[in-house]
Amino acid sequence: MSYTMWILVTASLVGITCGIIGVFLILRKMAMMADAISHTVLLGIVVAYLLTHNLSGIHMLIGAAIAGVFTTYLVQWFHSRGVAGDASIGVVFTTLFALGVVLIATKVGNAHLDVQHALMGEIAFIPWNTVEVPLLGEIPLATLMLMVVLVVVVIVIGAFYKEWKLTTFDPLLAASIGIPVLAMHYLFMTLVSLTTVAAFDTVGAIMVVAMLITPAASANLWTDKLLVMLLLSAFFGVLSAITGYYFALWLDTSISGSMAFATGITFFISYLFSPRHGLLSSWIRPSSGKKFHLDN
Amino acid sequence: MSILLSSNFQWVLVSTLLLGVASGLLGCLAYWKKQSLMSDALSHAALPGVVIAFLLFQVKDLFILVIGASISALVGAFFIMMIKSTTRITEDTAMGMVLAVFFGGGIVLLPFVNRTGSGNQAGLDGFIFGQAASMVKSDVTLMSFLAAAIILIVIIGFKEWKLYLFDPDFAKGLNLSLKTMNIVYLLILVVTIVIGIQAVGVILMSALLIIPPVSARYWTHSFKTMMCLSGCLGGIAGAIGTTISALGSGWPTGPFIVLTSGTMFFLSLLFGLKKGLLIEYLLLRNKKREVNQIGPPSVVKEGR
Repeated sequence: MSYTMWILVTASLVGITCGIIGVFLILRKMAMMADAISHTVLLGIVVAYLLTHNLSGIHMLIGAAIAGVFTTYLVQWFHSRGVAGDASIGVVFTTLFALGVVLIATKVGNAHLDVQHALMGEIAFIPWNTVEVPLLGEIPLATLMLMVVLVVVVIVIGAFYKEWKLTTFDPLLAASIGIPVLAMHYLFMTLVSLTTVAAFDTVGAIMVVAMLITPAASANLWTDKLLVMLLLSAFFGVLSAITGYYFALWLDTSISGSMAFATGITFFISYLFSPRHGLLSSWIRPSSGKKFHLDN
Repeated sequence: MSILLSSNFQWVLVSTLLLGVASGLLGCLAYWKKQSLMSDALSHAALPGVVIAFLLFQVKDLFILVIGASISALVGAFFIMMIKSTTRITEDTAMGMVLAVFFGGGIVLLPFVNRTGSGNQAGLDGFIFGQAASMVKSDVTLMSFLAAAIILIVIIGFKEWKLYLFDPDFAKGLNLSLKTMNIVYLLILVVTIVIGIQAVGVILMSALLIIPPVSARYWTHSFKTMMCLSGCLGGIAGAIGTTISALGSGWPTGPFIVLTSGTMFFLSLLFGLKKGLLIEYLLLRNKKREVNQIGPPSVVKEGR
């Protein structure tokens, strides 16, 4: 496959994986946890690098996944210790992120790891770093990682689809009929960390937040059905990734930045034109509230 | 060590100290408004404003950049409010979106700065992680002046802020306009964030607003004491962090300030007088001992 093809495939994989995970994230009202995890993943990667002096995919993946779950635990623990929920997120991720940056600045210094890369990602280099895989031939490492994560995400979400639905919309009922709600929470946060790490190389830490939250929020405006929302969100993710890429090519600027920006455009269009929750439709359709007042 | 004696460094130190105090005080207001993460969203949202202001005026003058950053942060705040009030999307999702999309927009614009003749991206890169060492005298003056103004506004209106936060209905009864208070709050929040981003960077600026009040909360139940403590902790973190980062070459300021703050949080968590882990452990142990001394209540034995 050609160079551009690989980039588009990789970006689309990011779009699909983040799109699926994102739906559950925003329905569980944990959008800002994604922001927190995407920052602390940096610390995981730095520590993994300091321990192994190796920047290969698997070390990074493990280090970052541990950092992600650790963040979840810490936030949960501080919250149970009486720190307000959003404040505990804010304390944990800023401190851990600062630790990561300080370690890079003082210990790793100008090695293969730089903060710029970790934050912005560099999708343009992905097709050069390939591995040989049986059946598929030679494919870029980052793409392979994303494929694996996507398969894991689809299997875990698909296998317990009913349970995910229940714990998301009615955790109390789920707990009362014996579904391990807390275990599923941590499992979900592990999935979020894995997705973040896999997308890290491609779009960078900050942009992953855009990819996770925005397509899902756009999809939320179009439908009330979970399955439709998942499909739509994945579709919006792919759409933003591809338009973002060509937009960046056209202006010759940061690819990951323009992908994040494209998700914003997708949301803005949904916000204006969605049939039920859009601004335009609520402006055209007389609101039920007004009608109620007239009837009285 | 000689760098610590240079007058430029001492000026920078004063300004980060004032910034720390201002953000510690304002952080308390944000903490009780349960809007800690709002500061994170707003500081990220300020990035495109900085870049656009630079592209338009082609000078790296802090005053112009601060105005650009404020406008873009306010636009971000407006979007969050709009999305929250007109759709079913929750506030945290709206904040996450604004944060990431605005930051993405800023990153998209950054290479253009590099391409313009007079531009040097290196100067603006400092806005992402903060580079207090790169500040010149006029920046320091402006920053200190604004920080001092914010501290004054919070102190002078202390009673009003208290009412506004804890009993808005009563405040309304006293003819205190909540709308004005909201606007003033948002304005000083945005100004604190944008003057901080040069020293601390857009990514970590929110930490300055979040960590000191949370740490102060472990030491006291009184709002006034919490405010004072939080301001002090913020100021100390700003000063120590700046000093450490000045000792190394090219070390970013922001992360060191945040790490100092984080350490103070950890200490407060362990030893805090009101909610700290140690004090709660001791209380629990004493209670247990007390219960054991009394022995099991006799009522239970008799089954009544």
